[in-house]
Amino acid sequence: MSIDAAEFMQASVRTATPLALAAYGELVVERAGVINLGLEGAMIAGAFGALVGASAGGIGAGFAMAVVAGCAATLLMAWVVLWLRADAVIAGTAVTLLALGLTGTLYRALYGAQGAALSVPTLAPVAVPGLHQLPWIGPAFFEQPLATYALYAMACGLWWWLPRTHAGLALRATGERPDAALAAGISPVTVRAWALLFGGAMGGLAGGVLVLAQVGTFAEGMSAGRGFIAIAIVVLGRWSPVGVALAALLFGSASQLQYVFQSLGWPVPYQLFLALPYVLTLLVLAGTQRRAAAPASLGAPLDTAP
Amino acid sequence: MRARLHSRWLVMGATIAGIFAAVIVILLIGGYDTSRALAALWDGAFGSSYAVLSATLVRATPLLFVGLAVGLAFRAGVLNIGAEGQLLAGATAAVAVGLAVGALPRVLALPLALGAGAAAGAAWSGIAGWLKLRFGVLEVISTLMLNFIATYLVSWLVRGPLQEPTRVYPQTIELSPAVQMPLLLTGHRVHLGLVLAIGLAGFTWWVLTQTAIGFRVRAVGAGAAAARSAGGIDPARTTALVFLASGALAGLGGASEATGVTFALYEGISPGYGYSAIAVALLARLHPLMIIVSALLFGALEAGAAAMQRDANVPSVLAAVVEAMIVLGVLAFNHARTRGRQA
Repeated sequence: MSIDAAEFMQASVRTATPLALAAYGELVVERAGVINLGLEGAMIAGAFGALVGASAGGIGAGFAMAVVAGCAATLLMAWVVLWLRADAVIAGTAVTLLALGLTGTLYRALYGAQGAALSVPTLAPVAVPGLHQLPWIGPAFFEQPLATYALYAMACGLWWWLPRTHAGLALRATGERPDAALAAGISPVTVRAWALLFGGAMGGLAGGVLVLAQVGTFAEGMSAGRGFIAIAIVVLGRWSPVGVALAALLFGSASQLQYVFQSLGWPVPYQLFLALPYVLTLLVLAGTQRRAAAPASLGAPLDTAP
Repeated sequence: MRARLHSRWLVMGATIAGIFAAVIVILLIGGYDTSRALAALWDGAFGSSYAVLSATLVRATPLLFVGLAVGLAFRAGVLNIGAEGQLLAGATAAVAVGLAVGALPRVLALPLALGAGAAAGAAWSGIAGWLKLRFGVLEVISTLMLNFIATYLVSWLVRGPLQEPTRVYPQTIELSPAVQMPLLLTGHRVHLGLVLAIGLAGFTWWVLTQTAIGFRVRAVGAGAAAARSAGGIDPARTTALVFLASGALAGLGGASEATGVTFALYEGISPGYGYSAIAVALLARLHPLMIIVSALLFGALEAGAAAMQRDANVPSVLAAVVEAMIVLGVLAFNHARTRGRQA
């Protein structure tokens, strides 16, 4: 059996879409100096919100609910980290656990143990006239659900916004030197709160994409670590919008490779390919950390009062 | 000291009471049969000698190992969230070595397997420690990456080099009796690993409170700069030691689980013990002896949740909600205490 390179690329971009959406949310959060381990929780909350919304009011309502649920999960995170001054790593882990548990419990309560049969409408791929006929990259990048095009817009928007706007500067200043930002009249707490809210919205949207553009239903724990992959993508992409896009594609295609190997019948240990992007992330970290690609205050709590 | 111990019990009691109320609210909202669910929860955890000796204590054992691992790391300010990966590394090494030394007598074979588990856990955590000290890589990110790498490694090993000879099931063959933990009571599943874990909790407490090493660990946890100037302590050396010891504890937890419960390696060998460990350690406010109590509580919770799913159709992931609320509750309580002290 032969494999179709264009088909492989298309599947890679489809897999990478929710990863990249969540990663752009995390990029903004980390540029403000916070590591959001609650992203996985925002994603599963978003997936559940998408199911509830879409089964009540269609795809639009599904995406709206996904974003709301992702924001709600992350608001809890923001409250604990910014107002209770708790460690972000511990708080993020708790938020993720809470969201995984709550969505699992509510899913069974609302839809019963046989909920797996429940399906919601999904977004169909839309071909961009002209562009989708490009050789190789056409079908991969321009025959995708609308969510993927929203991702392109988001990527371009962030690429423009981060270095060129006052708000982008405030965000980066908070991530590098929160004390200096405060002296310049910027409230690091407010900036981090907005960044987290954005991160939660994007995480929720990513969870919504899983349900409404890929799977068509919800399953307990269906985010399956994608929120953590998004964190790896931000690190591998060295905290830049372009880097994140490339890293997301790498993770997306690594996870598609296993199907290629299976269809070819090659006895290649595909798990090692799945592990490869994580190893690469560690190597990139080791190779670049000293050159300070990471925001200087990343992971450090604020010591200023809100 | 008396007052501090007193407040630890208070935090634990207040948090548990609050969570109990929250669980009832969730059960009511979900439309579950609340009284039946709570009865199942109690019966599954404490209702019979079987529940205590074959469910609660068995589940508490790995939680005690990883809880100690995380508690020790956090005490030194090392944010090791990689206990899950270190546990998997330990289980893998214990099974791999256990399969090789299965013909030896138990007094040799079992310690070899357990030692391999501890060494593998220490090595896995040591990678993160080395990355931190040599390259300044945040351990939060590196230990998280290492968790995923460990998961995929196990997934490959049980379908590749370590797979059982018929190549049907993605798991290893069963360990020979020489590498199986002795049971504490015939007819019950609780095994020697529990005694080992409790012993290690006592040992960790002794080291932390009574030895110079323990003083260094606590000083570095209080602030590396202060430790350096006040006591002439080398924070890097102490941090390295903590990474290794924490990883060894988690690895031993994996080895104990593999040689005491599963007797084989397969993918789902840990249902997230390494993540629950954070809640276990925090509820005990990182005190090694209190971690024994908190691991028992979480063991009971998980055993009870499994029974609740079986008997009252309440999904066992409710246990995750409880764990998360415990962590958030402790964080909020800590905040209130700090503010109270400042005022």
